[in-house]
Formats: sequence, C-alpha cells, structure tokens
Amino acid sequence: MSVEVENKPLKQQALREPVLAGLIAEFSDVDSVLLAAVRVREEGYSRWDVHTPFPVHGMDHAMGIRSTLLPWLVLIAGCCGLSLGLWLQWYANVFDYPFYISGKPLVSLPAWIPVCFELTILFAALTAVFGMLGLNQLPRLYNPLFTSNRFRRVTDDRFFVVIDASDPLFDQQKTEEMLLGLGASAVEWVQEISNV
Amino acid sequence: MKGWFIEAAMSSLTTTSETTYPADIDNRGDDPRERPLLVLRDMDFGDVTRTVTRIALTPPPLAWYICFGISLAFLCLLFFTIGYLLTTGVGVWGNNQPVGWAFDIVNFVFWVGIGHAGTLISAILFLLRQNWRTSINRFAEAMTIFAVMCAAIFPGLHVGRAWLAYWLAPVPNQMGMWPQFRSPLLWDVFAVGTYATVSLLFWYIGMIPDLATLRDKASTKLKQIIYGLFALGWTGSSRHWHRYERAYLLLAALATPLVLSVHSVVSFDFATAQLPGWHTTIFPPYFVAGAVFGGFAMVITLAIPARQFFGLRDIITLRHLDNMAKVMLSMGLVVGYSYGMEWFTAFYSGVKVEKFAFLNRALGPYRWAFYLMMFCNVVAPQLLWSRRLRHNLFVLFCVAMCVNVGMWFERFVIIVISLTRDFLPSSWGHYVPTWVDLGMFAGSFGLFFTMFLLFCRFLPMIAMAELKTVMPQAHAHAEKHPTSRDLHRFDYQPDEHGGVSKAKGTRF
Repeated sequence: MSVEVENKPLKQQALREPVLAGLIAEFSDVDSVLLAAVRVREEGYSRWDVHTPFPVHGMDHAMGIRSTLLPWLVLIAGCCGLSLGLWLQWYANVFDYPFYISGKPLVSLPAWIPVCFELTILFAALTAVFGMLGLNQLPRLYNPLFTSNRFRRVTDDRFFVVIDASDPLFDQQKTEEMLLGLGASAVEWVQEISNV
Repeated sequence: MKGWFIEAAMSSLTTTSETTYPADIDNRGDDPRERPLLVLRDMDFGDVTRTVTRIALTPPPLAWYICFGISLAFLCLLFFTIGYLLTTGVGVWGNNQPVGWAFDIVNFVFWVGIGHAGTLISAILFLLRQNWRTSINRFAEAMTIFAVMCAAIFPGLHVGRAWLAYWLAPVPNQMGMWPQFRSPLLWDVFAVGTYATVSLLFWYIGMIPDLATLRDKASTKLKQIIYGLFALGWTGSSRHWHRYERAYLLLAALATPLVLSVHSVVSFDFATAQLPGWHTTIFPPYFVAGAVFGGFAMVITLAIPARQFFGLRDIITLRHLDNMAKVMLSMGLVVGYSYGMEWFTAFYSGVKVEKFAFLNRALGPYRWAFYLMMFCNVVAPQLLWSRRLRHNLFVLFCVAMCVNVGMWFERFVIIVISLTRDFLPSSWGHYVPTWVDLGMFAGSFGLFFTMFLLFCRFLPMIAMAELKTVMPQAHAHAEKHPTSRDLHRFDYQPDEHGGVSKAKGTRF
C-alpha cells in the first residue's frame, strides 16, 4: 500500500481501496488447462473455476463438477405445463362456457392433445433457459474479472484458471507458485474495487 | 439469373480485406477413414474469432448496403399494403367465396415451413451429433425467427379485424368468451406461438457466449455496453458451461418434437376439413417433409452468397453445402413420394369428388401451377444425384431457387385449387390475386431480408464457441490409445487420441 493512498481522506480511501479478488492463470491450450484443473482440484481448493472460450470435453470430470439439477426442474415445469393445458381447456370449454360443436363431447381429450403438448414444451423450454441462467447467477453485469485486460481473451482463444481469494487454502505466494508450476503462460492478480 | 448475378457481382463488391481470395478447398471426400476438416486452412481459435467478429465489428462490404436498400424498399411496400388493408378492409385482397383462404394462408404456410430447416439444423442435427451443423446453425436459426415473423403477419391480418387478434389468446374478458379449443385453428395459435418462443430462446441462448466475444473484441464503448448487456456477463466459466450445455441439450430435445408438431398442426387446419384434396391423413408427415425441404432450399439460397460476401468460405465449406444438398435431395424424394401417394389415395378411395379434385389440379384452370410445382419440387432436385452438378454451386443455387418457388406453389395448389372447385359445380369459383396480395407477399420478403441483413451485420453470424469445439485443437490428447471406456462414449471421435500426449497418465 503506497503512502499516497494512506494520506487521502478516510471516506475516499475506503471507497478506493482495492481488495484482492483472486488469481488468474492463463493457459494457451486445452491439454495444459485440463491438467492444471486436475492439479488444482487435487490440491484441495474449493472456490475456483476454469474459464474457457468453449465447453472443454472432460473438464467436468477434471474439476469434479457435479451434475446440475436443471433436468429435474425442466421435468417439473413440463408437468406443470401439461396440467395447465388440461385445466385451461377444461375450465374454458367445459366449466365456464360449455358448448357443443361439431358433435364432439365436452371433455374431448384427443382434441386437447395439441394445446397440452405445446404448453408442456413451452414451460419446459422456458425453465431450461431461465433455470440455467438462474443457477448460473446470470445476468451478472459486473464481475471483477472484467477489470483484467488479459482476461478478455477468454472468449477468444485463451484458457484461464481462476482461484478466488476467499478460498480457505488461498495463499498469495503459494497459490501463485503452484499456478506457475502448472505451466501457466501468465499469472495475474485481479482486484476488486470495494465499496464497503 | 440471380445466381449468375451474385457470382459475377461477388468479385467486384466483396471489399472485405482479401480481394484475391484463394480458391475453395475441396473437403467433400467420401473416404470414411479420414475425418474431413470442418474448418479449413489451418485456422486456430483466434482466426475463427477474428473472421467472425470482423463481420459484426467492421463496416460491411458495398454489397450489403445495396441489398439492404432493396430489402428496405420492399419492407416499405409491406408497411404500405398493411396500412392500406387496415384502413380499407380485407376486401382489398382477392379472397372471395368460395376461396376464403388464398395468398394470406399460402404465405403463412410457406414462411412457417421455411423456418423448419433452422430448427432441424439446430436441434435434430445436434441430437444426431452432426458436427457440420455448427457452421450453419446460427444463421439457419436466425432464418427461422425471421420466417416465423413473416408468417405471423398473415393470419393476424386474415382474422379481418386485426386489432381483435388477441381474441385468439385465452384472455379472460367481459364477454365471458373463450377460444374454441377443439378447433385446429386454435391449435395453430399455440403451436406457432410456442415455436416462435422456443426458437427465439434457442437462438439467443446459443448466442450468449458469442455476444460475450463481441463484447470483448469491440473497440468502442457503445458497442461494449450493448453487446455486454446482451451477453449477460458471460465469462466462460466451466461451471456455467456445464449447466449451459445441459440446457442446450434439453432445448434441442424439446425443440425436436416441437418442430415436428408445428407443421403437423398446420396441416390439421386442412386435414380436419372435409374439402376434397385437404381431407387426408398423409398431410402431417407430408407437410413436415415439405417444410424441411423448402427450408433447406432457403438455407442454401442464403448460405451461398453469404459465405462469399463475408469471407466465410473456410468455415461454411463446400462440404457443408454438399451435405445440405443431400438433405434437400432426400427430402425432395419424400415430397415426391407424398405427391404420388396423394394421387393413389384419391383414386383408391373411390370417392368421386376426391378423384375430381386431383384431376382438376392437373387438367383444371390452374394446371400451370401444378406443373410448375411438379417441375420445381420433383424434377429439378433430381439433378443433385450427379456429383458433378451437385458440386457446381451455380447449379445448386438454381435448384434451391427452384425449390423455393416450387414449395410456394405447392401450398397454392393445395389451398387455392382445392377451394375453387369442391362439391357442387354451382358453387365453384375462381381466384385472382390483387395488387395488395402480390405487394404483401413481395413485402414479406423485404421484412425477411431486412432482418437477415441486420443480423449478418450486427450479430455473430457463426456460432464461434460451438465451432471451436469441433476443431481438432479442442480435444485433449490425454491418452495415446483409446480405452474400452472411450470406445463406449457416445461422443468418442476416432482421431482424438492421435496427437502428442502431453498429459500422460491422467485420466479425465
């Protein structure tokens, strides 16, 4: 911490004091980042992630990511859509305003199939999308990682291992040495502008 | 004609960096021992990013402005004809008694059908692990969205008083009135509504990682903010990718039966009626095959010029076009079979009016439409059996244009010809489109191409993140020899163990 910062008024200092958010290590190919992921996991870190431009095959295994519960949410939503479709058609055409048309019975299940089907798909699809975003905690328009210029290549052709500073095993020096030892082409600090 | 124009104009109008672009690389080999490359000229991840983001982030070639101007003019025509119709009444259309469904419904079915190829490429080919889809799925999906937009206009206006179109939805109202859920026309509302929603979600979800790429590559603050907002803060986290891939798979699995259901439901509009020529059980599969056929023709129509203009010839390769041509040919055979089966059913039924309906198609006053349809949909695609002709992009483009025309006329034949002459000769009629019909049809192309050109200009035209996964560099070479576990993996690729082992001894 430089002397300049300490001399500033207290309030301003509190606003501007950068807080260490974590370490990012850059890798340039799939093989080395997969190997690094295995090692970081073996070291016992718990608050870490690997950022890649595309889903890397085998990364889930390497990182030990457990299967998401998204499919169950989608199944439940699909069932809700189906029930809503049945209820809607029964309520509208049988209960609230019953009328006979083209010789079909009031409860004409075969004729209800298309609407039930479409609502099942609609609810399931909406849940798949918004459930995924919700579980991923997106949209998140601010992220300390965005302060790093190097990290902008994560959506292009570089792979990053990110270890959060809040990890219990996190040690500025040791973690940096470990990441460099894994063949990272660069290791960089990421700071968060704290507003506390 | 148009194909020639594009081939000729291409060289003078394509101003994107390379003026002397090297010739296409032929990667259409059929040798099963060799896995054909889907991204050519040794491009790496960075090259793919550069090639695709350049289209969205730098000014477009001159050809884009010319095409956009023409499309915009047709879009204005659409707005004008819609305004005229709304202020005057649907009587400005040529619809009459007995032809109550005419250009409006023909255009609706035509446009909805076009959309189906996009969903087929994005969902069904995804489930079937057809890796080549990654180069074309983004703009095929965009095509789906815009085609459904064009389609939605026509039934919306066809209801007569377009401002009451919300009565189609089950909205509680002061009249105590509900939609009639036992009618196929209402099924259509739900089918097309769901289809539009799911297609849009599928398209957007697929685009999030690529929007993040554009956000990170954009040079101006405004672009960074706009792309950043739509990218939702995507950072490529593997924990996110895990749920993202699962959501994408689920969407593909949901969209597959959906796309089959949509055109089936559209065909119910006709099949459940008792009109000769409509009342037939072959309609659902016949309509779905026709939709995929017409849709693939439109994808080819768009892909051939787009890959030239935007310098994407190493990403949308000759192999992609060849595969699409094969799908189009096979779908064309299904459509041709359906035509034959329709005739057989009519004659085998022994029903006089059914037989007459089909003879009337071939010998009646609209026989030119019938023969045009037969030529475009059944005869022309047969050229694609020949490898030489199929590999000639000009021929392929012409065949695709034929199919575009033919599929529109198929709907015209089914809808209009059947309606003009049904049971009683005393109630037969004739149909002639008015200038509003023609203007609105031409205008819908204006809407389609305006949207498509805006998409090409501002959004990631190729699914970059997905494309990178099918490049050889994306596969880790963890072990030199495949284990039995590998061979049982559904995504096992024979060449994935070919590279130099860097991470020896590590099992993933």
